[in-house]
Amino acid sequence: MSGPVAAAATEADLLAARTQMALSLGWHIVLACLGVAMPALTLLAEWRGHRTGDDHYRLLARRWARAMGVLFAVGAVSGTILSFEMGLLWPGLMGTYGEVIGLPFALEGVAFFIEAIFLGIYLYAWDRLPPVPHMLSGVPIVIAGVASVFFIVSANAWMQQPTGFTAEGGRIVAVEPWRAMFNPATPPQTVHMILAAFMVAGFLVASVYAVAMLRGRRDRYHQVGFLLPFTVAAVLTPVQIGVGDWAAHFVASNQEVKLAAMEGLYPTGRGVPLHLGGVVIDGELRYSLDIPYGLSLLAHWDPNAEVTGLNEVPEQDRPPVNIVHWAFQIMVAIGFALLALGIWLGVYWWRRRELPRTRWFLRASACAGVAAVIALEAGWVVTEVGRQPWIVYQVMRTSEAVNPAPGLVWGFVLLCVVYLVLTVATVYVMRRLARATPVPIAPQERDVTEYKVV
Amino acid sequence: MPLQEILLAVLWVGLTAYVLFGGADFGGGVWDLLAGGAERGRPQRSLVEHSIGPVWETNHVWLIFVLVITWTGVPSVFAAIASTLYIPLTLVAMGIIARGAAFAFRKASTEPWQQRLFGATFAFSSLVTPFFLGTVAGAIASGRVPPGIAKGDLVTSWVNPTSLISGALAVGTAAYLAAVYLTRDAERGGRTELAEQFRRRGLIGGAVVGVLSAGGLVVLHADAPRLFTELTTGRGLPLLVLSVVAGVASLALLWWRVYLAVRVTAALAVVGLLWGWGLAQYPELLPGVSLRQAAATDTVLASVLGALALGALLLLPSLWWLYSTFQRGEESPAASE
Repeated sequence: MSGPVAAAATEADLLAARTQMALSLGWHIVLACLGVAMPALTLLAEWRGHRTGDDHYRLLARRWARAMGVLFAVGAVSGTILSFEMGLLWPGLMGTYGEVIGLPFALEGVAFFIEAIFLGIYLYAWDRLPPVPHMLSGVPIVIAGVASVFFIVSANAWMQQPTGFTAEGGRIVAVEPWRAMFNPATPPQTVHMILAAFMVAGFLVASVYAVAMLRGRRDRYHQVGFLLPFTVAAVLTPVQIGVGDWAAHFVASNQEVKLAAMEGLYPTGRGVPLHLGGVVIDGELRYSLDIPYGLSLLAHWDPNAEVTGLNEVPEQDRPPVNIVHWAFQIMVAIGFALLALGIWLGVYWWRRRELPRTRWFLRASACAGVAAVIALEAGWVVTEVGRQPWIVYQVMRTSEAVNPAPGLVWGFVLLCVVYLVLTVATVYVMRRLARATPVPIAPQERDVTEYKVV
Repeated sequence: MPLQEILLAVLWVGLTAYVLFGGADFGGGVWDLLAGGAERGRPQRSLVEHSIGPVWETNHVWLIFVLVITWTGVPSVFAAIASTLYIPLTLVAMGIIARGAAFAFRKASTEPWQQRLFGATFAFSSLVTPFFLGTVAGAIASGRVPPGIAKGDLVTSWVNPTSLISGALAVGTAAYLAAVYLTRDAERGGRTELAEQFRRRGLIGGAVVGVLSAGGLVVLHADAPRLFTELTTGRGLPLLVLSVVAGVASLALLWWRVYLAVRVTAALAVVGLLWGWGLAQYPELLPGVSLRQAAATDTVLASVLGALALGALLLLPSLWWLYSTFQRGEESPAASE
């Protein structure tokens, strides 16, 4: 049997395939974050409601559960598309390495099963189960959700640090699946992504209530709805910055070209400055603000450490520098801005036990949700575009993995249309859900009319 | 039994579960499409929604399970199928997005025009998605997916007699299973009149599937003679007989309104068809490619199967809890509106 080496695809088809993957992954990743972290927020609200008897929390839980049901459905189908696309777009990758990274995907399948099963129970059995068992039925969703992220991202980490297999003449002859799954990039990448999921969901949900408060609805329901998710996200932000530093160190030691692209660094050198901003023109970073010794210090804890530049590798082995550089800057900047916002609330709360009185705080919080999503996307761009031109780092090029069948461009166009409609419909339905008062009554949710608030 | 065979069996179990559960959810969408105008179709639509709401996501995961097992267990076969059949598979992917999202959106919307729009999207994609999945099955069964990447014809590989009849059979089977399941759901909810409607639809659906299956054999005879021979005289024969007997029994049971037992026979009829195909084609996965040649290394198979076995310890009780929670006696969905 011939090895699955593909005939060449055209440049346009390769670009279409890459953009299609980027679009569908970039879309799914937001939904996945919400799917993983919203159950935790909802459970937290339900638990507080149960403990304190405060109906505001119970109504919040009810509303978030409804939103979570819709978001989970959209996340599930957009995730399914990805598993199709693995084969439709990248048969060269899957044909050879499918077995190497199959284990985490199989485990993710189990985790996703658990999520879907308990989500069905949690959402639909609200009035069939007593309060405590009902809350407990939500716990597996959270655990399985976090496990899902771990498994999926460990497969991605393998693409960054491929280990655990022996290849001979393009064929895999031996595999150590557990070693492939627990490759060196797995710990920093998975932790970074799990925290990102909770930050995105926390800031996004909080921003909805910040907007409502800006419109004058400052009752307890909205305050609680803001504080609970915001606190979760704000507490995790400094942790995330620490983990981000760990991840960056990992890249510095293991993917030097990616780090060089993140920093727009061309010549290798010692005592390298940190570049803020700037644009790469003709193989040189211009107009950047440089902090002396900054990069050497940050990357290797030594102001005189040597940092490899892009000049060390031929041009066809370099990722698109401007995209990676800017994505990295945006992610870091937003991370620190979110940290500042959390500190703002923390200090004010510590002194006065209330939200900051200035509207600027609410305005900033209203933006925090979108900002967190932008940081998420930017971070993912750093990881994935920074790996180019390799689909499997230094093992297989993206151009070798792509489906050589003609016409991928049309699939991409079709997908764009579908995603456009899907985005509009999702936003529309979520807005309707947020506004509907009282909470629309589904057949399984009769007792919701008994809630006294709002 | 060697690991490769176990893996293939697990894959086929996953496929069977997807057809029996996920397929029925598609079928629910087909009946939704045929339920008639907004007022007249309301009771049927609400029964469909009520029945599949809590379980469709779980049922859908079987498909992901099948995909993952395929690329892990027989990676080159997965690559060959996905690259040659990327047109119908892309359409399947779109259908899955449209269907799942529209179903969730319809549940969350309150205004009639939205419910109608999302409902129509849900119903229409429920019809086309199994059709394209069926054409994919037909392409593989008739040996039109050669090994290697994108080596098959991008169009005739899935636009051919076997694929088209498989597509029709997939839609028919889905609709038939759904009608059978919904009959019992309606009866349990005390909605005798709805149960009668779905009983009638089940009888018609079953007859159509029977005719399509017979037609399928004729098509196979001309279009995929090897598979035909194995199915009618070789290893696949007992399963084919099982399928026919169970199918005929189902029609009788439906006629006599034995709604619980007919679930079993209807499922058996479908299982017979699926496993008959599998056995008839075994051990060749693609033309000239046997299971042995295509299978991943034993270490991979062992760890994946081990992980799935452990996973099953968590999954089976959970699945049991899910289905038993929503299949216990309850009042009718319509009564609560």
